[in-house]
Amino acid sequence: MAEVTATKEYTPQPEDFVLAPAEMKSSTAAEAVGGVKHETLKRFFAQKSAVAGVVILGLLILLAIVGPYISGHSYDAQDLSRANMAPRVPGLASMGILDGSESVPKTSGTVTQNKYEELGITDTYYLFGTDTLGRDMFARCFMGLRISLVIALIATAINLIIGMNYGIISGYFGGMTDILMQRTIDVIGSIPTLVVVTLLMLVLEPGMGSIIIALMLSGWIQMSLISRAEVLKVKELEYVQAARTMGAGHFHIIFREIVPNIVGKLVTQIMLSIPAAVFLEAFLSFVGIGMPAGTCSLGTLLSDGFQNALLHPYKLLPAAIIMILLMVGCHLVAEGVKKATE
Amino acid sequence: MARYIGKRLLISVITLFVILLVLFLLLQFMPGSPFNDQKLSPEQVAQLKEKYGLDKPVIVQFFQYVGNMFRGDLGVSYALSPNTPITDLLVDRFPITMKIGFFSMILGTLAGLLLGFLTAFFKNKILGFFYHVLTLLGIAVPSYLFAMCFSYFLGYKGAVFPLLYDFRSPVSSSVMPVVAMSLGVMAVIARFAKAEASDVMKSDYVLLAKCQGLPNRTIILKYILKNSLMPVITVMAGLLVGLLTGSLVIEQMFSIPGVGGLLTNAISANDYSVVIALSFVYSALYIVVMLILDILYCVIDPRVRLGGKAE
Repeated sequence: MAEVTATKEYTPQPEDFVLAPAEMKSSTAAEAVGGVKHETLKRFFAQKSAVAGVVILGLLILLAIVGPYISGHSYDAQDLSRANMAPRVPGLASMGILDGSESVPKTSGTVTQNKYEELGITDTYYLFGTDTLGRDMFARCFMGLRISLVIALIATAINLIIGMNYGIISGYFGGMTDILMQRTIDVIGSIPTLVVVTLLMLVLEPGMGSIIIALMLSGWIQMSLISRAEVLKVKELEYVQAARTMGAGHFHIIFREIVPNIVGKLVTQIMLSIPAAVFLEAFLSFVGIGMPAGTCSLGTLLSDGFQNALLHPYKLLPAAIIMILLMVGCHLVAEGVKKATE
Repeated sequence: MARYIGKRLLISVITLFVILLVLFLLLQFMPGSPFNDQKLSPEQVAQLKEKYGLDKPVIVQFFQYVGNMFRGDLGVSYALSPNTPITDLLVDRFPITMKIGFFSMILGTLAGLLLGFLTAFFKNKILGFFYHVLTLLGIAVPSYLFAMCFSYFLGYKGAVFPLLYDFRSPVSSSVMPVVAMSLGVMAVIARFAKAEASDVMKSDYVLLAKCQGLPNRTIILKYILKNSLMPVITVMAGLLVGLLTGSLVIEQMFSIPGVGGLLTNAISANDYSVVIALSFVYSALYIVVMLILDILYCVIDPRVRLGGKAE
């Protein structure tokens, strides 16, 4: 009884109104979001396969940047006397593995030859060998990786911008807008990518720009479908409604409330779009409507390697392995992001 | 359900028309002409254009074109094999492409279902490892690299299968292309089947069935398999597109006399009437298959019927 009277008689003290001390600030919105981000990152890096994916991609990106310069040979200098040399790796060469010798079938039977010894250049090393024009495959492979990555990244960035906005507008506004936009997608999406891309490449000049446009025309649809589905899930949630009640505009709600919450799905889709773009570029170059002859990308390297892969398998192998590693890396990261954000 | 099918049909028809329009417009912007031969005088070129109806206004040409397409007349080849109706070029090639695509799809689907379901049922570590490696490789490695790998080891070194397609022994010479193309299909189906089966196994109705004491066999066959098989249909449409693309390169590699090889040749020969016709055939095929799969899914899954949209 005495306590109740005590509370009734309580007079507020000035120290009741000071700002909360720093250690209590974790309850503010910004801190809470930071905490969620931190948690997601922690969950992402707790997965071994995701970390492996990050390491693979990191290495590949590093090699795409410095790779063309570290072999000591330029990627486009031709030297016909040094054509078709097998890989020769310093250190391993003295042990007899990858010392530049290869077995080549000739009319008189299979012959083992070592072009390095024949030319008397045993102190020269081509880590991945040389191509039919005597160009260093090591420098070429990483130059090719760089170009393929640049194409894929630009195409994916454009796809993200178009697809995300299309999907968000369609999902957020709903009603007639949504119906019209979705029927348009139904029609565009029913045209096989192969057909669109092939025809486009015939019309445009072959080159990087055309490949990016071709990738763009087909790639944004998936991105928009995912954004739309996510927006539909998120837009009726309490915090979006709260923002709406507080009089927030569409722009604020979309970009401050909705987009941050669908980032996980978008990142997963980005990580899947990059290998898809590399795949398509390789396919186009392979069929002969991709990067023009003389330039190098993973696609042209693969298609050049195919020309005599049965005789000199080492010409195809490095580019193929780089491409597979890129795919595996992207997929592992995509899976990791998916699991971490779920 | 009739409403849903009607809507899907309408969309398909509109799509087909849009494709025809796009194809036709693209034709107008194509670089090079089928009459690039320098020996032809301008008068002869004009004569040729008149013969093929290329001198008429664009609109007239378009409707002529649409009319012909729907009558099954795909036009004639200009350059690749002059004056041969494209339909004739297709008659021999189409069955081969279809056969190889069909068997790749069947093989990939069966192998994928087996791998996915087995991994989901027996939570075995070794099986799980195999599942991860196989699906990752299947998704990461393009079919033509698999094909090259097979060619080198089985065709060139081992001489188990012929390196090139041989119509005298169509079975043994199709093994490598079919297997190479099916691995990608297998990976996607396996992932999907495993995810679906795991979901179904965690569901309440399976728990209920277990509590009721139903035999394991009934639970697996009637509850888990049946319910997790259906959604697999939805991914098949996407896989089909992958097969179309893959077949282009694979057919070139094994010199299979199919539609893919024809398309690649037509592209390099600038024979755009053939390119356009094949694009139309590919698109039409794709649209029809998508339509069939959607309708099939709607028949099987009542939720699609009631919801009115397959998601």
